Amino acid sequence: MTDKTVLNATHRELGARMVDFGGWDMPISYGSQIDEHHAVRNDAGMFDVSHMTVVDLTGERTRDFLRHLVANNVDKLTKSGKALYTCMLNEEGGVIDDLIIYFLREDFFRLVVNAATRVKDLAWIEKQAVAFGVSVRERPEFSMIAVQGPNAREKVLGLLPEDTRELAGKLGKFAALEGEGPDGMPLFIARTGYTGEDGFEIVVPESRAVELWKALHAAGVAPAGLGARDTLRLEAGMNLYGQDMDETVSPWEAALAWTVSLDEGRDFIGRAALESQKAAGVPRVMVGLVLDEKGVLRHGQKVLTAQGEGEILSGTFAPTLNRAVAFARIPAGEPGDVRVDIRGREVPVRLVKFPFVRDGKPQPGIADA
Amino acid sequence: MSEIPGELKFLKSHEWVRIEDDGKTVTVGISDHAQELLGDLVYVELPEMGSDVKAGAGIAVVESVKAASDIYAPVSGTIVGINEMLNDKPETINEDAWGAGWIYKIEMSDKVELDDLLDADAYAELLESEDH
Repeated sequence: MTDKTVLNATHRELGARMVDFGGWDMPISYGSQIDEHHAVRNDAGMFDVSHMTVVDLTGERTRDFLRHLVANNVDKLTKSGKALYTCMLNEEGGVIDDLIIYFLREDFFRLVVNAATRVKDLAWIEKQAVAFGVSVRERPEFSMIAVQGPNAREKVLGLLPEDTRELAGKLGKFAALEGEGPDGMPLFIARTGYTGEDGFEIVVPESRAVELWKALHAAGVAPAGLGARDTLRLEAGMNLYGQDMDETVSPWEAALAWTVSLDEGRDFIGRAALESQKAAGVPRVMVGLVLDEKGVLRHGQKVLTAQGEGEILSGTFAPTLNRAVAFARIPAGEPGDVRVDIRGREVPVRLVKFPFVRDGKPQPGIADA
Repeated sequence: MSEIPGELKFLKSHEWVRIEDDGKTVTVGISDHAQELLGDLVYVELPEMGSDVKAGAGIAVVESVKAASDIYAPVSGTIVGINEMLNDKPETINEDAWGAGWIYKIEMSDKVELDDLLDADAYAELLESEDH
């Protein structure tokens, strides 16, 4: 059975090409996915991300529980509304999922986890929550719309009643608030995203999602599909669960060390494994690649380095850069000249730092060659 | 989707074939349906001028943001034309798959091979059956 978001009919009315995405019938594009990509980089676009899973945690010991559950430290969240990106690990240090945690009150935190990992995530979280007396509640009655781009905030703010508009206008990056939208619809507005652009991710009751989508569309926000979402997030240097990391990969091997907090005395799941991997030396690293000649880097292509073979994780044509970029996992150590096997042809690629694009602009050294 | 031009022949793999007035040259492209499935095209790898090709061989590649797809030779012969505009503007195939987005021309060595191609009605039926 394929799941549908409440916006399914709206996507079809807009002429979207629909695909199966982790069991969900979702729009890959409405027309040209490259045009949708540029709309987000240069103006404002919106994505239906209602397939993602909202999970509310409540109970007095919720913060304690999260200290144990995830690799980043929720003690960084001191102000109500602040958000944290983190991995949830198994005992072996492999990534069960990546997620965002919003701190609302000491006894109330909200998680947003991936759609494809929903079942195993909930089972894992519920199992771990028992010892802390934390209640785990999925919120399938919520839809989510991500509005992204340099003009995204302005266009959203224009739709909000005055008091929410004022607060949302002052909302800092990676923070959220609860407020009101058009015609009194209750909204959870977060200044987060998955495109490398400024904007909001808005949680809205399912019953009001179509109304909000149409209001945004009328305000000049371009519908964008999962195709554009993928090229935008890869340019922005953001990992995709299942492609760039999974349960066989530690955060060290997925360029996610920045999300791991090895703070004194905190016993989070997977910590021991991470520490011993670090002490022994991490065998593989995730790197950014740029292809300056013709061709497209794609998932599964073989990467040849002086240390041995690796493989492309996420790879695509990057519309902002007008060339192909990729994440690859390769053996640690001096890689030498790196080549990628594209249909039997060995093509030289450049190893670069990512993000490839930030705030709408190619980063130095990415597209200069 | 635009209507399928009745005068064209087709391969099951969505290449179209137009027999030119000289009776010995064919022009080859991909169908509007194929370009829609592929989405935005970003590269086209053209065959070499003057090269000999065999019917059924993959002789060109079109790459979209989403996927790479081989383009097969519908007939055997010699490459006598390539659409070099596609090097700079691969999106021409998205914009005009039946016309300006043609990919290459072959001078046929064996016209009998044309009999193996689908006509427009058979291709339309194929698309119909793929939709279900």
